[in-house]
Amino acid sequence: MIPLSHYLIVSALLFAIGTAGVFLRKNVITILLSIEIMLNAVNLSFVAFGRYAGTVDGQIITFFVMTVAAAEAAVGLALIIALFRTRESLNPDAFTSLKW
Amino acid sequence: MPESVLFYVLSGVMVAASGLVIGQRNPMYSVLLLIVSFAALAGLYIVLDAPFVAMAQMIIYAGAIMVLFLFVVMLLNAPQEDAAGWDRVHPLRRPGVARIGILLAVVLVAELGWALSKVVALDSPVGARADGAVVGSVRELGRVLFSEYSFAFEATSVLILVAMVGAVVLARREGDA
Repeated sequence: MIPLSHYLIVSALLFAIGTAGVFLRKNVITILLSIEIMLNAVNLSFVAFGRYAGTVDGQIITFFVMTVAAAEAAVGLALIIALFRTRESLNPDAFTSLKW
Repeated sequence: MPESVLFYVLSGVMVAASGLVIGQRNPMYSVLLLIVSFAALAGLYIVLDAPFVAMAQMIIYAGAIMVLFLFVVMLLNAPQEDAAGWDRVHPLRRPGVARIGILLAVVLVAELGWALSKVVALDSPVGARADGAVVGSVRELGRVLFSEYSFAFEATSVLILVAMVGAVVLARREGDA
């Protein structure tokens, strides 16, 4: 059997990869994909903890996270389409109208 | 033991695919690699006795959300990043700010390592406490979801409605009624 800590290590690795993607990439779509990686890392640790505790609560929270991720992807992609229409760019540094 | 082998293979595939997602310049490849990563994650859910979550992962994430991403990537048709021009002028590229960013990254990694060093004490196997058939049963999942979590479930439906309206309003062209 696999120890719980191994699942948590995998989850931490994925979360770190997602964080690195948010900071390193220069493309709004890739940044959204990195956020999805982070959400899935957290989902993995929820399901692993739920299995460890012997309840289904971890899996249920995973469903809610998936729903929020779907809503976030829909709104985020609509924002990206609207931004691309006005700026003709996907670089986050191009969207600086609100900066002082 | 085949289960452990499966776990390590799937974890390796998942971490490698996720690493490649943020290493690609073309977002098209990033999306396709993320689908590979999510398929491996669905396999991990099956190892964890959560077959329903695994199916939901494949259908909702790899099926719906990633197709939405692919659709937007193809619609916008802007495959390459245009970083060079912005790198020189962007204020975040100044050395002082970059140093703060490196400091924050080191703090994050140190905290993750610290938390994991505490958790290694939990070395008992994940499946030790409960029967896999109980945790993985869809009947039990549905019972808890629609009784204990019914308010959160209803709130989620409102959230989806709001997100749908918001997406339609945001993506609409300005002149349209």
